[in-house]
Amino acid sequence: MTKCPIEVVQYMHEYLDGEIAPEYERELQDHLKTCGDCRQLFDELNGTVTFLNLAQPLEAPEGFAAGVMASLPKTGRRKKTGAKRWLRQHPMLSAAALFLVLMSAALFSSYNTNEQFSVTMQPNLVIEGDTVVVPAGEVVKGDLVVKNGDLRIEGEVDGNVTVIRGEKYMASTAVVTGNIEEIDELFDWLWYKIKTAFKGLKPEKTEPPIDE
Amino acid sequence: MDELINKRINEVLQGNQDAFEEIVLLFQHRLYHVCYRMLGSREEAQDIAQEAFVRAYSNLHTFDQKRKFSTWIFRIATNLCIDRIRKKKPDYSLDAQVPGTEGLDMYSQIAAADELPEDEVERMETQERVQYEIGRLPEKYRSVITLRYMEELPLQEIADILDLPLGTVKTRVHRGRDALRKQIGTM
Repeated sequence: MTKCPIEVVQYMHEYLDGEIAPEYERELQDHLKTCGDCRQLFDELNGTVTFLNLAQPLEAPEGFAAGVMASLPKTGRRKKTGAKRWLRQHPMLSAAALFLVLMSAALFSSYNTNEQFSVTMQPNLVIEGDTVVVPAGEVVKGDLVVKNGDLRIEGEVDGNVTVIRGEKYMASTAVVTGNIEEIDELFDWLWYKIKTAFKGLKPEKTEPPIDE
Repeated sequence: MDELINKRINEVLQGNQDAFEEIVLLFQHRLYHVCYRMLGSREEAQDIAQEAFVRAYSNLHTFDQKRKFSTWIFRIATNLCIDRIRKKKPDYSLDAQVPGTEGLDMYSQIAAADELPEDEVERMETQERVQYEIGRLPEKYRSVITLRYMEELPLQEIADILDLPLGTVKTRVHRGRDALRKQIGTM
């Protein structure tokens, strides 16, 4: 059989698969007329297919379907899996929701745990217990943040003033050049956190546009 | 046919479990037959075919109704059969060559191990003999030969069921046929 073209066996299988091109089928038939070995191989392959076709289809035994129906999980379970299914079908939304939950947990916990009194230390500030005093006649240069304490301004602050969870008293002599902010509620706190986070990303000063 | 099946599937998805029975009745014989040819035992065939339906029910929401349901359920069943066959075999690579032999891999070893004495094979009745020869085929040929010749499925559908490239399925059908030819050559 060494003299036979290699494709002949391939053609036999293509023939058996019903996928042979007409010109190859002619080639195959011509070859089989001249080659006894290939004819035998072809007959054997055909015989194999005939042999397989002897197999009779089997039917599932009685009670097969009833057996399936009896082993199905109970219908009540479907409702419970609804939420799970939703999560599985919306992975991006689920991830975003989880992110928000974790983020807000972190923010709330920092709101609750920062109970201690703190203040941005500036020279010439006076601290009386939980109250920070900007004495009259003094000028505080820079921003001032007071956490969990009160602030009394009698003098001048050259910058922004932020009071978190505290009271702010302004004397008639008080001067604040920047913004004054009081943060008490949870939402203010969240807003403040988000704002400061964004401020960190942006450049502090924006150059005025140059016109010619 | 597909329209009717999708209608039943939607009823099942809406909570009507009974609608699933019609789906089972439509496919039970074909699925059981394929499992029997793959596994060679009626008890195991029933076991695995029923398991396939239960899995299909539990995962019905993942079925893409634009596709053919028969392909999907055949895939579940053939995967379960292949798992079962592999669990029965000891854990070694079938393609590894047996040391000290030439061209003999584990397939031929297994085939040899499953072989019955010749006179016993001679005395088999036809149906028994057909199943005996299919059962001697290596699993990767057995699945394609079963789907091709027992279910008479087109090659492309077999490729979809087994999640194999069409070329691979063709090669396996060819080799499976040739392996069978050699097995029964002495008939």
